[in-house]
Amino acid sequence: MKIIVCVKQVPDAKDVRLDPKTNTLAREGVQSIMNPYDRHALEEAVRIKEQFGGTVTVLSMGPPQAEATLRDAVACGADDAVLVSDRAFAGSDTWATTYTLSQAIKNIGGADLILCGKQAIDGDTAQVGPGLAERMGIPFVAYVRKVNDCAGGSIKAERLMDDGYDAVEVALPALFTVVKEINEPRVPSLKGKMRAKKLEINTLNAVDIEADLDQLGLKGSPTQVVRVFSPELRGERSMLNGSADEQVAQLFDKLEPLL
Amino acid sequence: MDYFLTEEQQMIVDVARQITDEQIIPMRAELDETEDYPRDILKSIAQADLYGLYIPEEYGGFGGGCFEMALALEQFSRGCTGVATAFAASALGAYPILISGSEELKKKYLEPIAAGEKIAAFALTEANAGSDASGIQTTAVLDGDEWVLNGTKQWITNAGEAQIYTVIAITDKSKGPRGATMFVVEDTDPGFSYGVKEKKLGIRCSSTRELIFKDCRIPKDRVIGRVGTGFITVMKTLDQSRPGIAVLGVGLGQGALDEAVTYAKQRVQFGKPIIGFQAVQHILADMAIQLEAARALVYSSARHIDVHKKDMSKASSMCKVFATDMAMKVTTDAVQVLAGYGYMREYPVEKMMRDAKILQIYEGTNQVQRNVVGQELNKEYTRS
Repeated sequence: MKIIVCVKQVPDAKDVRLDPKTNTLAREGVQSIMNPYDRHALEEAVRIKEQFGGTVTVLSMGPPQAEATLRDAVACGADDAVLVSDRAFAGSDTWATTYTLSQAIKNIGGADLILCGKQAIDGDTAQVGPGLAERMGIPFVAYVRKVNDCAGGSIKAERLMDDGYDAVEVALPALFTVVKEINEPRVPSLKGKMRAKKLEINTLNAVDIEADLDQLGLKGSPTQVVRVFSPELRGERSMLNGSADEQVAQLFDKLEPLL
Repeated sequence: MDYFLTEEQQMIVDVARQITDEQIIPMRAELDETEDYPRDILKSIAQADLYGLYIPEEYGGFGGGCFEMALALEQFSRGCTGVATAFAASALGAYPILISGSEELKKKYLEPIAAGEKIAAFALTEANAGSDASGIQTTAVLDGDEWVLNGTKQWITNAGEAQIYTVIAITDKSKGPRGATMFVVEDTDPGFSYGVKEKKLGIRCSSTRELIFKDCRIPKDRVIGRVGTGFITVMKTLDQSRPGIAVLGVGLGQGALDEAVTYAKQRVQFGKPIIGFQAVQHILADMAIQLEAARALVYSSARHIDVHKKDMSKASSMCKVFATDMAMKVTTDAVQVLAGYGYMREYPVEKMMRDAKILQIYEGTNQVQRNVVGQELNKEYTRS
């Protein structure tokens, strides 16, 4: 069983600031972390490996400093790490990102199972997981909260829904995005940390992954960010008084004209 | 203060710190109330490879020594001395095997202990054998290919949770100190059972029970070292393990200082944060000075012990006394700084003060440690 976990390095949400002039995320001096949902995906991959055997490779597309996130992943149980990094990737939207990742995965020999976090906490699109599955033409399951069994070329899992969960079984290879309910990620181990320190990270550029340059980065991204702004906060509020019934009646009076 | 840790030692600190901050501190108040054994936390510690810190690589460990173990223990105790005790007690149970055990015993028992798959416990104390270990009444008699154990051990940390017990028993009363032998007893051995879990002042999430041996039969090859060497193994074990107790005091003291300073900066009385008053500043300063002095002594002692295997006793006992007396004082002072709030269970310092007391008592009372230091001084000055 070969498992690939896609991880993204993101700014620490505890430390997010907007640049007041450009209205974009201020990344200078902000601590970088592994996207928290990806950490759950990594943990699940390591658990699947421990239970059913196999290997776990972490894959990240990003600037050279994303290597830190990959080493963190190795310290937490991944066997191998691949960094896809090239100036040509700069400005990628989710469309170009899924193209780049799919080329990278092809280049490293594919996988039986690809795991991603359900979304990244910086872009919040939740598009890369499903987009990547579509690019690769493999089954996709979102919001996986539990992996039950993995045998004979298929995998059984539970998909978290608003009103319960779906029990699904899909043929491998497949791609799952996972929710945080799936597990409690472990802390890095001592042996893992020592391995991570020494491990040589396989770094691939646009040529290595045999990418069509027109489909990369800004050029390959149909999404154009026209403007980013903080919505103006409106300070109007009023307090309702009286018994619960009276308050409900007052609330109804306020809401009715809006319908 | 910079103690010039190697990169590997810093990694140990980082891993232990993360477990402490993310898992131990958020759980400690609940564990203190429920007195539940901290299984999930210990599982994380095992997964992080820390159970094998002091065990040689050939038995699946990390190959560190007393000092590496101390670095991890300090962090855990900063969060909760009960959790740290539960963790440390496995090492105490493993040391006799590591120090005196045969190659077969080491292979069989140290690997699962290093992986954290099995937990160990050390059984010396009895109702009539505390500071005076010669009062041991548990006996072991050879019957064919088996040893038969009878007696009761008291206040055994990890009892009921551990799978591997290192137990001292009298094998020949007529031989005095050379008449005691250490054995490995497994939780599944026939005739072996536990007493009820004791109710304690502090370190409540650690488990403390009696071990009861009623015609408990174990295979002949479970003897640790040679028959009659039990007391020597016990003394060597405690010399090796005591800096671990000392460093629990350092971690606990650090936790108390952290709470006291943080509180003193926030608490406003007479129009300013109380850290602005010299009366409070001096308490905090004395806490910090004593804490750092204790840390320096414990680190030096641990490093000394890792190199000088034949000259451990004095360093081991000195650091145990100093650091645990410090912990008692510093935690008491922390309660004083937090005053009324400090006395309440909503704040962690009253628990810290309760936890501190045991450090002056277990693994040899601080009075016994002073005896050791005194006797070592007498020997040193006789030689020269």
